[in-house]
Amino acid sequence: MRKLTTATAVALGVLAIGASAVSAEKLTIGLASEPTSLDPHFHNLGPNNAMSVHIFDRLIAQDEKQRLSPGLAVSWMPVDDLTWEFKLREGVKFHDGSDFNADDVVCTMARAPDVPNSPSGYGTYLKGKEVIKIDDYTVHFKTAAPYPLMGNDISTIPVISEQGCNSTTEEFNAGTAAIGTGPFKFQSYTPGESIVLVRNDDYWGDAAIWSEVEFRPITSGPSRVASLLAGDVDMITGVPTTDIATLRGNDQIQLSQGASNRVIYLHLDQFREDSPFVKANGGGDIKNPLLDVRVRKAISMAISRDAIVDRVMEGVAIPAGQLLPEGFFGVSDKLDVVAYDPDGAKALLAEAGYPDGFELTIHGPNDRYINDAKIAEAVAQMLTRIGIKTAVETMPRSVYFGRASRGAEGDLPEFSFILVGWGAGSGEASSPLKSLIHTFDKDAGFGSSNRGRHSDPETDALIEEALRTVDDAKRQELLAAATERAIENVAIIPTHFQVNTWASKKGLSYIARTDEYTLATGVVKE
Amino acid sequence: MSDTTANPALSADKPAKVETPFQRFRAEFFESKIATVALAIFVIIVLLAVLAPWITPQNPYDLGQVSVMDGRLPPGSEAFDGYTMWLGSDGAGRDLYSAILYGLRISLTVGLASGVIALLIGMAIGLVAAYAGGRIEAIIMRIVDLQLSFPASLVALMMVAALGKGVDKIILALVIAQWAYYARTVRATALVERSKEYVEAAQCLGISRFRIVFRHILPNCMAPLIVVGTVQTASAISLEATLSFLGVGLPQTEPSIGVLIANGFEYMLSGRYWISVFPGLALLLTVVSINLVGDHLRDVLNPRLKK
Amino acid sequence: MTVFIIRRLLQAMLVVFMMSVIVFFGVNIVGDPVYMLVSPDADQADIEAAISRLGLDRPILEQYWLFLKGAAQGDLGDSFIFGEPALKLILHHMPATMELAFSALMLAIVIGIPLGLYAGLYPDSRVSKGIMAASIFGFSLPTFWVGLMLIMLFAVELRWVPATGRGDLGSFLGIESSIFTSDGLSHIFLPALNLALLKISLAIRLTRAGVREAMGQDYVKYARAKGLSTRRIILVHVMKNIMIPVVTVMGLEFGSLIGFSVVTETIFAWPGMGKLLIDAILQLDRPVVVAYLMIIVLFFVLINLIIDILYSILDPRVRLQDQGA
Repeated sequence: MRKLTTATAVALGVLAIGASAVSAEKLTIGLASEPTSLDPHFHNLGPNNAMSVHIFDRLIAQDEKQRLSPGLAVSWMPVDDLTWEFKLREGVKFHDGSDFNADDVVCTMARAPDVPNSPSGYGTYLKGKEVIKIDDYTVHFKTAAPYPLMGNDISTIPVISEQGCNSTTEEFNAGTAAIGTGPFKFQSYTPGESIVLVRNDDYWGDAAIWSEVEFRPITSGPSRVASLLAGDVDMITGVPTTDIATLRGNDQIQLSQGASNRVIYLHLDQFREDSPFVKANGGGDIKNPLLDVRVRKAISMAISRDAIVDRVMEGVAIPAGQLLPEGFFGVSDKLDVVAYDPDGAKALLAEAGYPDGFELTIHGPNDRYINDAKIAEAVAQMLTRIGIKTAVETMPRSVYFGRASRGAEGDLPEFSFILVGWGAGSGEASSPLKSLIHTFDKDAGFGSSNRGRHSDPETDALIEEALRTVDDAKRQELLAAATERAIENVAIIPTHFQVNTWASKKGLSYIARTDEYTLATGVVKE
Repeated sequence: MSDTTANPALSADKPAKVETPFQRFRAEFFESKIATVALAIFVIIVLLAVLAPWITPQNPYDLGQVSVMDGRLPPGSEAFDGYTMWLGSDGAGRDLYSAILYGLRISLTVGLASGVIALLIGMAIGLVAAYAGGRIEAIIMRIVDLQLSFPASLVALMMVAALGKGVDKIILALVIAQWAYYARTVRATALVERSKEYVEAAQCLGISRFRIVFRHILPNCMAPLIVVGTVQTASAISLEATLSFLGVGLPQTEPSIGVLIANGFEYMLSGRYWISVFPGLALLLTVVSINLVGDHLRDVLNPRLKK
Repeated sequence: MTVFIIRRLLQAMLVVFMMSVIVFFGVNIVGDPVYMLVSPDADQADIEAAISRLGLDRPILEQYWLFLKGAAQGDLGDSFIFGEPALKLILHHMPATMELAFSALMLAIVIGIPLGLYAGLYPDSRVSKGIMAASIFGFSLPTFWVGLMLIMLFAVELRWVPATGRGDLGSFLGIESSIFTSDGLSHIFLPALNLALLKISLAIRLTRAGVREAMGQDYVKYARAKGLSTRRIILVHVMKNIMIPVVTVMGLEFGSLIGFSVVTETIFAWPGMGKLLIDAILQLDRPVVVAYLMIIVLFFVLINLIIDILYSILDPRVRLQDQGA
C-alpha cells in the first residue's frame, strides 16, 4: 500500500501542486462541530464563540490559557466597590469603515442578552450589570454588589457595531450584518458546508498570516482524519484518541495538544436516603451508602486514574485531583491525585458497614465527552472489582442531561451516580465551585449543575466570600480553600482533565487553547 | 438491503406454488452447493450464538469480567484473567470472540423477532384484505402501497427518532418498517388462490370462511412468505447495524454486531483492524448466508424459472 | 381524472396529517432539548427562560395546535438550534441530496444494467456467477463500512479524489449543481458510488431476471426462428421489453436513495438534508425532524401520484381508480 501511495503521489503530483499553488496563504480547517449561526449573540456555545472571535473582538481578550488581555478595551479597573471603568481603544475601525466607540459597547451589551429565538444567550454574564457611557472612549459597568469577575464576564461578549445592533440573526448569517473589528472579515457562509473568512488588512492588532480561511464541518471522526490524510484540509480539530498513535507515526502530520479547562468527574447522590439506583446486594432497598463520606472516599480510591488515562484515553488526558488543571487561577497546590488503592477502598467500605459492597448504576452520556461511555464502563469495572457491583447505562446527551438534571419527581436529579464534565468558561476556579459544589439554590443561581446536591455550609461560605472579594491574592486563597474542602468531603470525584488534540499537515502547528477553541490566528507555520 | 424490490421475482405480484412434496423441495434445495454451504454457515452461526454463554471465555456484559486493562489487545493476546483472546479485544476490553457471539445473539434476536412479528402482522392483514375484499381491501392496500412507497430505512429511522433507543424499540421500529412487505405478498398470493376452484368448491360445501383461509389459502402462501422472510430478516439485521452506526440504534454497553462495528469504525484508521474487521465479517457472513439461502429458495420455489 | 386527482390529494393530506400527529407526539416524548441548547454556565432561571422561549412549557396539545396553525400557513416552526425556519433549512439542504441521489441512480443504471444483461444471457458462465455473488455482497455489506473503505482506498491511499465535502457549484440550464464542474464531480464520485452500491446490485438482479424470463418467451423463439441475429434479438427485442420495468423500479428506488443518503452524507460530510436530519435527531431539534418528515411524506405521495398518472397516459389499459375499489 505504501508503495502504491508513493507511486500515485508522483503520478498525481502535478495536479496536487497545481491545486495548492493557487493560494498558498489559504488555510482550510475541518471542524468537529459546526457553529449554529454567525450571529455572535445568538447561541452561547463553544463552536459559535470560537467562530465569532475571528470576526468580532471582545473588550477583553482571552489568550490561549484564558488569561485576560486587552482587547477593544485598553484597561479595566474598579473605580469604587460597585463600578468598573473600561477605557476603550481609539482608532479602531469596523470592517465597513465606521469607527468603534462607546456607543457600540452600550448597544452591544443591550443586544447580547436579548436576541429573538436565541436558544441560549449571554444574559448569564450581563445579569445585574448596568453599562453607562461616560465619554466616547470610556464606559462604566455598575453592579449592586462588589463583583470581582467583571473582566472574565465581559471577555465573553463579542462587540458588534451600532448598525449590527439593529440587525436580525438572519442578516448576520447572510453576512450583511456580520461586521466586526476582528482579524477576519466575512466572505461566505453555507450551513453544513463551509464558512469562508478573509483577512482584515486594517486590523488594529497583528495581522493574520492567512489571507483566507475556510472552515468545513466534518462531524464524523474517521472521516475528518481521512480528509486530513487525503489533503482535503490543512488541519482538523477534535482528533479521535483512537487515531492519535497512528497520526503520531505519520511524518506528514503534525499533532498539537493541550490540556483543556474541562474536568471529567463523578457526581454522587448526597441528598436522598433512598436513592433510586443504589440497591442492596440482590436488589433490595438500602439506605443510600453514598451519604457516608467513607463510601465516597472508597469509591474515589477504587478508581485508577492512570488506567483511565492510559487505557481508555490512550494517554491523552491528565489525571485529576481537583476541579481545574494546575496553572489556572484558584487551584490549590496542596491537592494530589487520589492514589489507586483497591485494598484500602475495600477496608474503608467494610469500616462503613459494607464489607460485601452494594449495587449501583452509573449513568453517563455517550456522545458528549471524549470516550465518555468507555470511561463509565471502566469506572464500573473498577468498582465491581472492589465489591460495588456497578451496572452501566449510557445514553445520548439529548436524553441524558435532562434526566440527570431534573428527571425525577419535583424536578430533582434522577440518577444516583453519574459521569459528567465541566468546562470552566471563565478560566478560573469559581466557575466549577459555584455551579457544581455550592448548595443548590435556584434563586441565587448557585449549584445549577450540582446534580448530586452536595451541601456543606462551610464550603458555601468560602465560595460566596470569594465571589465578593475583589483582591486577587485573597480570592485565590479562598477559592483554593473551598476546593480543598470540597475534595476532602468528596463532593465530587474528579477523574481526569481532557486534553484536546489538533492535527495539521506538516509545516503547520496549532497553539492549543484551554477553552478548546479553534482559531485561525493560532495556526502557525513552523 | 431493505426493500423486497431487491428481489425481482418477489416484487412481481405473482405467487409461487409448491407443487411438490417437501422431499422434492429438499432435494432441489441441496442441489446447489453454494446454498447448502450458506445454510450450513447460517446454522453454525445460530448455534454459536445460542451456545455463546457456554463456549466463550468471557461474558462481555458482565463488567466484573471485563477490564479496560485488556483494551485494544491484538488477536492472540493473553487477557488479564488468563485466557487467550484469539480475535483480540475492543476498546472497552471485551474479548472480541465473546463479544461477537453475544452480539450475534442480539442481532439475530432483533432480526428474527422483528421478522416473525412483522410476518404475523403482515400475514394477518394481507389475509384479511384478500378475503374481505371490497372497501376494506381497498383501504388496507392503499395503506400498504403508501407505506411501501417509503424506504424502510427512512421509516425505521423516523420510528427510532420517535421511540428512542433500546432492543424493544428497535424491534418495534423494524416491524413498522417491514410489515407491509408481508401483507402485500400474502394478499397477492391469496388473491390468486381465492379464485381457484378448490376454494369455490370448499365454499359450496359450506366450509367456513375462517377455515378456508387458514386451512387452504394460508398454506399456499407459505412459500413466498418464507422467501420474503429470509430477505427481510437479513435486511433487518443490516438495518439495525446501520441505525446503530448512526447513533440511534442500540445502546453501547450491550453491543449487538452493529454496535460493535460502529464502535470499531472509530478504529478503522488506527491500524487496529481487528476491532471492526471481525465483527464486520461476522455480520457479512450472517447476512450473506441468509441472502444466499433466500436467493436459492426463490429459485426453487418459483416455478417460472424452472426449465 | 380530475376527481381521481382530487381524491388522491385529499388522501395525501390525510396521510400528512396522520404522520404529523405520530411524529410530533413521538419526538416530543424523547429527551429534553433544553439541555442541548443552554450553555453549561446557565443557571436555573436561564434554563426556565429558555424553556418558555421555545414554548416547551405549554401543554403538548397546545404545542401541536400551534404547530398545525403555523403549518396551515406554510410555517413548520423555527429550528431550536439555528433559530431559522425549519422549512427554509431543509429546502436549502435539498439540492445537495437530490444531486447525490440522482448521480447514484445514474451510476446504478450505467453499471448495473450491462452486468445484469450479461449475467442473464450467460447464466452458467463463471463471470456471471461472479457478478451474482458480487451483487449479493452489494446488498449485504453495510453502507457505512463500504463508505469508509472507499475513502481509505481512493482518497487516502490513491489520492484520486477528495475524501469529504461538496465541490464547486456550476450552473447549467439554470440549475445549480456540483455535477457541472470537474471539482464537483471529483467530490461527488465516492459518495455517489457508495450510495449506488445497493442499487447496482438491484439493477443487476432485475435485469438478469428480466432477461432470463424474456429469453424463454415466444417472441424470442420466433425471432430466432426468423433468423435474426442474437445481437439484434437482445438489443432490440429483449432490451425493449425489460428496460421499461427495470427503469421504472429504479426510478421508484429514488426515494430509497434519499432515505439511505443519511448514512452516506454522514460519512462523506455531504451537506445534504439527510445529514441535517440525523443531526436534528441527535440534537433533538424537533421542528426540523417534524418538518423533514412532512416534506418527505408529501414528496413521496406526489411522486406516486405522478407515476400513476403517467402510467394511465402511457398504458391505456390502466384506468385511474383506487386499487380494488
